[in-house]
Amino acid sequence: MAIKKFAVAAYKDEEVLFSAVKKVRKSGYKLHDVFTPFAVHGLDKAVGHKDTDLHIAGFIYGICGTSTAVSFISWVYTVDWLQNYGGKPHFALPAWVPISFELTVLFAAVGMVLTFCYLNQIMPGVKKHVFHQRQSDDMFVVVLELNAHSNEQEVLKFLKATGADETNVQVAESGWWYGRFDKKEPYELANA
Amino acid sequence: MNERFEIPGQLKTISLACLGIGAVTLIAGIVSLLMGHSTDLDRTRFWLTLLHDSVFFTLITTVSVFVQAASTLAHGGWIVAYRRVPEAIGANVWVFGTIAALVMFCIVFMYGVGPDHHNPIYEWVKPGNDPILKGKSAFLNKGIFVLFTVAAVGLWSFFGRKFRAMSIAQESAPKGDTKIFWKVFRLSGVFLIVYALTQMSTIPWLWIMSIQAHWFSTMFSWYSFASAFVSGWSLILLWVIYLKNQGNLQLVTKEHLHDLGKFMFAFSIFWTYLWFSQYMLIWYANIPDETTYFKLRQHGPYSIIFYSNLVINFAMPILILMSTPSKRNYFTLTFMAMVIIFGHWLDFFQMFMPGPLGANWHINWFEIGMFVGFAGLLITVVSRTLTKSSLVPSNNLLLKESMMHLS
Repeated sequence: MAIKKFAVAAYKDEEVLFSAVKKVRKSGYKLHDVFTPFAVHGLDKAVGHKDTDLHIAGFIYGICGTSTAVSFISWVYTVDWLQNYGGKPHFALPAWVPISFELTVLFAAVGMVLTFCYLNQIMPGVKKHVFHQRQSDDMFVVVLELNAHSNEQEVLKFLKATGADETNVQVAESGWWYGRFDKKEPYELANA
Repeated sequence: MNERFEIPGQLKTISLACLGIGAVTLIAGIVSLLMGHSTDLDRTRFWLTLLHDSVFFTLITTVSVFVQAASTLAHGGWIVAYRRVPEAIGANVWVFGTIAALVMFCIVFMYGVGPDHHNPIYEWVKPGNDPILKGKSAFLNKGIFVLFTVAAVGLWSFFGRKFRAMSIAQESAPKGDTKIFWKVFRLSGVFLIVYALTQMSTIPWLWIMSIQAHWFSTMFSWYSFASAFVSGWSLILLWVIYLKNQGNLQLVTKEHLHDLGKFMFAFSIFWTYLWFSQYMLIWYANIPDETTYFKLRQHGPYSIIFYSNLVINFAMPILILMSTPSKRNYFTLTFMAMVIIFGHWLDFFQMFMPGPLGANWHINWFEIGMFVGFAGLLITVVSRTLTKSSLVPSNNLLLKESMMHLS
């Protein structure tokens, strides 16, 4: 993943955060991400996230679960291992419905959790840069992505003007990567 | 804001036409019975059709009362934007309840065929020497039937009218006054108990399940409740969309429609779940006493209704209403609401008809005409009630919450 420069602004107040996010989006700066200690209602719309397509993935996983269940059970009971259960037909569809349903739910649930983790770049062992220590405690953190032409001072001034309580510029990995938590990357040492 | 609803001429014409079709069908039915060529089966079909439609319409209108009570108890604010619609439907439960009660009392007390004058619809009226019917006679008898019918119809009608009256009384109360709110809250709790003891248990046993009195199912009341509930929601949705198209109910946004659509979708699945729970256990246990019910419906002359019931009430809602855009689209919602009401009318059809009629069932001019007639009656009485008050409960405590509702 590419190493990039970021401008970080931390806010103490949720109300200020909303207007700040609006101003950032209006200004044309590239919004990298917003970190909050809890789910803030309406923030996804304010940040400009589109509606997720996760449920379409869920539907596909569900269909996979149903077809896995039905094809496996029907193969077992009509081809591979015919048994007589209480005089029922070998192709006993009503009896399979609960299992097919459970497998549909299982596939959809597990598949959606994994997809969710992938989309949000969270997995066991994944290392992510923490922009502000209090972003999971009591502060709301807005991160802008800078490029080679950015005027850092101007950006920080702008962020201060939106009501930020703390601002700074950091160098970090832009995406996600596997790594050890205790190992300091060179750019982290540079930040410190 | 367009707060008052005035019945447009078109709606008046349609409702009167439907009522006229119903009346003509009823008279034609009676005349054809009196002409002398009619058999006992024709007479049974006549009464069963009346019973089927009146019970179906009573149960789906009562759902509106239940919806108000449940959302009041849950402090559901989003319903307030269109609350006048379930109120207007619920205030007219008495119309259909009275018709249903009259039809049932006629069947129980006056109807009989054959030399022994037995009752082909409610066999338990004259149990004879049947040990099963005799064993059930402590519950299945005329006294209990009349008592529960009168109590249920009376209480549903009372609460339906009471909820509307109190909602209108709130309009003239001082702003922010919570007295009526908590009164409605307490009454809603009482209504849920009433509803649980009638619609969710005893009433379907007496009105519907006792048509095949030898058979029983512990799932039956829940299953018929789910059937009524989803069609009751669809009915509310149809009225909301109609009023919105007339320029009323401007507080209702796509967010409300989306949630109404979610209810329609979710309770179609709920109905399927209950339907299947009843079917699968009986199929699996394979006890002859219990399988008679489904043998007649699945493998007999009713198989087309049996399978189309599943297609219309399960496959269509789950496939069409699953995606978000379809629940926010006026056309798909209207179309699916109509399909669901028709589908559950069919579902009730196959609860009523197979027992007494056997293979001699029809969906013909009489069945369709009576359905149209009852629909016309519903449109007439509900639209009249809707005109009587402002459609915006502007003094309701939860109005603001409803305006801000996001699905």
